[in-house]
Formats: sequence, structure tokens, C-alpha cells
Amino acid sequence: MKILTAPRMERCIGCHSCSLACARLVHRRLSWNTAGIRIASSGGLSTGFEARLCLACDPPPCAAACPTAAFAPRRGGGVVVRRKRCIRCGACAAACPVGAVHLEPDGEPFVCIHCGRCVPFCPHDCLEQRETQAGDASAEEKEES
Amino acid sequence: MSDSPFRVLRVDLASGKGELLELEGRSRWAGGSGLAAMLLGRFARLDRPWDDPEQPLVFAIGPLTGLYPLMSKTVCAFVSPRHGQVAESHGGGRSALALRFAGLDALVITGRAARLSCLSLGSRHLALQDVHFLQGLDVQAAGKILRRILPGAGHRSILRIGPAGETLAAIACINVDTYRHFGRLGAGAVMGAKNLKAIAVQGDGSPAIPEGKDYPRRFEEVYRLATATDMMHKYHNLGTAENVAVLNALQALPFRNLQRTHSPEAAAISGEAFAERTLLRNAACAGCPVGCIHIGFVREKFMEPNQYIYRQVSYDHEPIFAVGAMLAVGDPFAALDLMEAADRAGLDVISAGVALAWATEASEKGLLSARETLVPLRFGDARAYARAIGHLARPENDFYRLLASGVERAAAHYGGEEFACLLGQEMAGYATGEVFFVSQALGFRHSHLDSAGYAYDQRHETPQAESACRYLFSEEQSRCLLTSMAACLFARAVYTEERLAACLEAAGFGDIAARLPAIGRRVQAERWRLRLAGGFAPEAVCFPRRFTEVVTARGPIDPALLEKLKTQAAHRIRELAAEAEKENGADTGPKAVDGPPAEG
Repeated sequence: MKILTAPRMERCIGCHSCSLACARLVHRRLSWNTAGIRIASSGGLSTGFEARLCLACDPPPCAAACPTAAFAPRRGGGVVVRRKRCIRCGACAAACPVGAVHLEPDGEPFVCIHCGRCVPFCPHDCLEQRETQAGDASAEEKEES
Repeated sequence: MSDSPFRVLRVDLASGKGELLELEGRSRWAGGSGLAAMLLGRFARLDRPWDDPEQPLVFAIGPLTGLYPLMSKTVCAFVSPRHGQVAESHGGGRSALALRFAGLDALVITGRAARLSCLSLGSRHLALQDVHFLQGLDVQAAGKILRRILPGAGHRSILRIGPAGETLAAIACINVDTYRHFGRLGAGAVMGAKNLKAIAVQGDGSPAIPEGKDYPRRFEEVYRLATATDMMHKYHNLGTAENVAVLNALQALPFRNLQRTHSPEAAAISGEAFAERTLLRNAACAGCPVGCIHIGFVREKFMEPNQYIYRQVSYDHEPIFAVGAMLAVGDPFAALDLMEAADRAGLDVISAGVALAWATEASEKGLLSARETLVPLRFGDARAYARAIGHLARPENDFYRLLASGVERAAAHYGGEEFACLLGQEMAGYATGEVFFVSQALGFRHSHLDSAGYAYDQRHETPQAESACRYLFSEEQSRCLLTSMAACLFARAVYTEERLAACLEAAGFGDIAARLPAIGRRVQAERWRLRLAGGFAPEAVCFPRRFTEVVTARGPIDPALLEKLKTQAAHRIRELAAEAEKENGADTGPKAVDGPPAEG
């Protein structure tokens, strides 16, 4: 299984191409919010950018918190999202330790599903899909991303 | 989608209330410059002064904003303190996408707030809040506080003014997200006159993308052209700063208040030198993968033995020309210091540099003394210029008050009009020849980006007035089309008319795609109609003698060509305005009013 990592964010220019690609290709939206990877500056643009994305916890606390199994553990870390089961309670976002789950105003959650469709749209090669061995590489991946 | 109305939020600062308007006209005006012209036609009061509270401040985006790469600009339109006529200035940053995701095609601000205020809006909120405590704060200090007190960290755009805007300097800009600007023609003073310190737009909406497979395919085609070909290489590599060495080699780089057009000193402030010595990193406007924003660093020892602070400053060709070449400041770090000083003050760095270049020559010639300038000005003296920039933003005497309202006013009072480098406003960084001089002086925005006269100069050994005139207005029309989208003009090689039509079609704007040349022509003509209605008299434009003393690689300037081209351009402007009067005058508002020619 592969997971999405952002190991070279110091190269980020803040173009949001990754978020826009996720929103466009995965979620069919025009947005920099409804995306599994979201770019933000902290304290202004002079501090550079950070990527907010799922770090592929294994086991994922968001899945444990989900009362309807809409978020279910994914092999290799992270979650599989089954939207039809979601009751929009927001428990997943509250449980995520790194703020990787975005909630729309109606409570719909958006989180990275590690599909990697954003990767080719980063002009500075900040992102990378990495192979993991299910269950035993997540700590290392967390450090690197 | 072509027939969907424009969604325009009009906010009255006096009451603090907004009104959401749905306005027809998308297939006629597209958006951006076209929408701005339509809104100026509806809201501008051309028979009143620029600072009348009812005058609108417009921010408009295009139909493709956010949908395709480099569709990342916002058009700001207003009545300029410079000439009391309609004007446009274009900026990027996050502003365009933030407006798109806030669900708006345009924002129109009218009225005057009772106290210094910040307007905050998004897809689900609108608030006007008192920020009197930000009075007098520079752009960066105000930005830090605004980021803390406003909602929506991250995905928002914060537009703000510095002290120059608050003191109504006609050379004040609006800063966008720290590194971009609505720079020219005094938009910052318009916010100041409205008691508006800042505008924060939160891009918190998430509309659906166009249906069908064609849209993602077109997106990837454009994305590939912008990132995997040489089309945008210049902007990604050295950026526009590349022009410094190129123009110097062509003897077309204005140096020392345009006393010269080339200098060996230019090598030290070339794009190559900036990249090698000062470049920290690149940045991008939201929605643009090119990353043309070049950020350099300066460090300052503030305490012995080794205590430093460092600052990050964005640079481009124009600021390097204005505070480097024009002021004969030959050290890139010193030039960055001056750019930062202008940035913090909220001054248009081009106008500030050119204004100080004039003041320096006027000092040399004895027209000004330290009584006026407060600090003796000498070419190359960056420390003195840094202090002078502070005086421009917070004028303590009549001299700086006049200079901050434009070189033409200071020169009219103190003398030295013959060497005031004015082409509608302080000149941009090209001394390529007659065609450029006319293109800026008679350009709608008085910008080098209006119609690329500099490119014509460089391609023609012996320019002819007729063909140059045709070129300028054809180029202006095609640029009107792009800025009505509102594309970054750096992408003009990517967005050919054919590709633009295909992109529009894929995004559901078939009606616009089918009318592209007509829309470009309509927007071009309507802008001129509005400009003339405010009193612009293109025939009255004069070129200060300095421009006829210029010698480029092509030889001396030909005053006869300059005059002939000006006459033809003025005639063409009148023709276009008459065309618009016939087509649009009846339904978009203001008619011509009597007014004095205001161009110098």
C-alpha cells in the first residue's frame, strides 16, 4: 500500500495546485478546502507553507471515533471513507490529532485517501507516494512527512 | 453557465450593510476588466471627485478564475486620485481565488466608514469592524494583527493599505497578501478615502466543477504547457528581473532619472545578480504553478557584536528599475531595502522611485534644497532614499505632500517639468523608444502591460506610426480579452484565443467562447468611453523633454514619430469611445461631462 507524504514542503510556493487537483479530481469541487491535502501558511506568507494531510495513523483514531464506520482503517495506514454511511457528526475531525480532516459547514468530512492524484500537479516535487508495509511503517512515515 | 448572472456583493461602508446583486451581462462582458467596466459604468460618478464617498471601489474576477492555471488575477477598478478618471490596477496573491470561493464575481465598495475599518467577508459572512487601532501602522505590522483578529486562517486574502494610503497619497498602493499589489494609479488612496484599512476575503465555499470529461482534460493541457514547456521558463527562472540586463544591453534601461539608458552598473542589479546574491525562494499566486514571485532577503545588524534581523522582500524588474537603476543604487541589498521601505509604507514602488529620481535631479539643479527634501538627495545614496520614502508616506511638509500626489504636481510647483519622467504617471522601466512612450502615456492603465509598446520597439528597426498604432490597439484588445478572464498576462502565450475558447467551452461558457473577439473589442471600447467621459483628452498628452533626449541602441528618439503616433493613437481612442457610446452608452450610464484635460 502507498501513502501520500509531503517530505519536501520547504520547496512549496503556495500555488495550491495539489489541493485544487484533489478537489477537482477526487471530490469534483472547485475548492482549496474540500480536499485531502490543504496548504496553509502559519503567521503569514513569509513563514512558508505547510501541508495539512493525513499522516496515515495505524490504527487511525478518526476511524475509532466514527460511530457509523464511515471511516474505516485502511491497510497501510489512514482510512477508507464510505460517504454513504456518514452522518456528519464531526467525530472524525475531533479525533484527528493533526487537524487533517476538514469539515464543511454541513459537517461533511474531507480527508486524504492516499490515492496520489495530487502528486503530479506539484510543480516543485514536494509530494511523494511512498510504499509502506501494512501496519509497521507508519511511525517512520509520520516522521518523514 | 454563460447565461448565469454575475454575482456581485455591494457593500456600503457608511451603513456597514451589503447587498447581493445578480446582474445580467456575462456573455457581453465576461468578467474581470469587462465586468469592472460594466460596474464602473453603473456605479462611478464621473461628475464628482475621486474621493466622493459614493465612488465605487471594484474588485472583479473572471469566469475561469480558479478553474484553470494562471487564471489568478483580480481587477481592481476605481476613480483615480491621479487624474480623477476611471482606472484599473491588477493584482494576484490569493485575492482572485478567495473571491471565487467566496462565491462572488465582484465586490463593489461604496460609501465611507465612520472610523478606520476592516471589511471581512466570505461565502457565509460579512462584517465591517472598527480597526482604529491600526491607524498609521505599516503594511506588515497591520498584516500581523489582521491575521490574528480575522477569521479563516490560511485560505483567505488580506488586502491592506499602509500610512501612504491613509494620508491619501496618489502614489499609494493596496498590498495583497504581503508580496503582491494593486500598485498603480493610487488605489491605496481610494481605500484611505473610504476609511478602509483592510479587506479580508475568506475563500470558504466549494462549488461543483464543470460537468464532463473535457474540463479536466483541458486543465491538464494548460497545466502541462505552464509547467513542462519553455513557455513560462522566464518567469519561473529569473523572473521579470531578467529584463534588467536585456534592456541595459539594448540601451533601453532608464538610469539616473533617464539621463542615460544603459550603464555598466546595471550588472550589479541584474536578475542574475539578484538570484545569485539575494534570492531566498519563489512563491506563487494561488492557482498558478509557475511561481514567478521572487523573494530576496536583506539582513540588518541592529546591535553589536553580531545581532541581526532579516527581512524577506519580493522583487521584480519594475522595482529594480525604480529604486535601483533610476536612483543609481547599484547594490541589490540596498535596492531591496528601498523596496521594503516602500512596501511597508504602502507606496507604489515604481512611482516612489521615479518621484525620488526627479527630486534628486531637481536637487542637483538647485530647484530643491534640503529645506524641501529634509534629507539631501544624491544619486546612489540609498540611506537618504530610505528616509525620503518615509517622508513620502507620512508627509511633514508641502514638498512631500505634493510629491506624494504625483511628480507632475511637484514639478509644476518647483520646476523641472522637462525632466519629470511621466507617461500618464511615473514611467515604467522601459526606454525602448517612441512606441513604448506613446503606449504608456496613452494607455488606459498607463502601464507597460496595456499594449506592449516595448515589444514593438524591440522588433522594429524603423517604426512606422501607422503600423505601430495598429499593433498597439490590436494588442490592447487581445489583452482586454485576457484580463476579462482575468488571466495573468504572463500566460498570454499559453492562452491563445483558440485555447481560451476551448477552455471556456469545457467550463460551460460556450456563449463567451463564441464571442471572444467581440468581447475584447467591446471591453476595450467601453473602457475608453468611460475614460473620456471623465475628461481624458488624449490629444493633450505631452511628453516631457527628457523623453526626446533619450538615445537607445536604435539611435535618438524621433520627436516627429512620437507626435505622429500620439495623434493617431488619440484619434483611435476617440473612435473606440464613439463606438462604445453607440453600442453601450445608452444602457451603462454616465455620459461625457465637460472636464479639463488632466494628463501631463
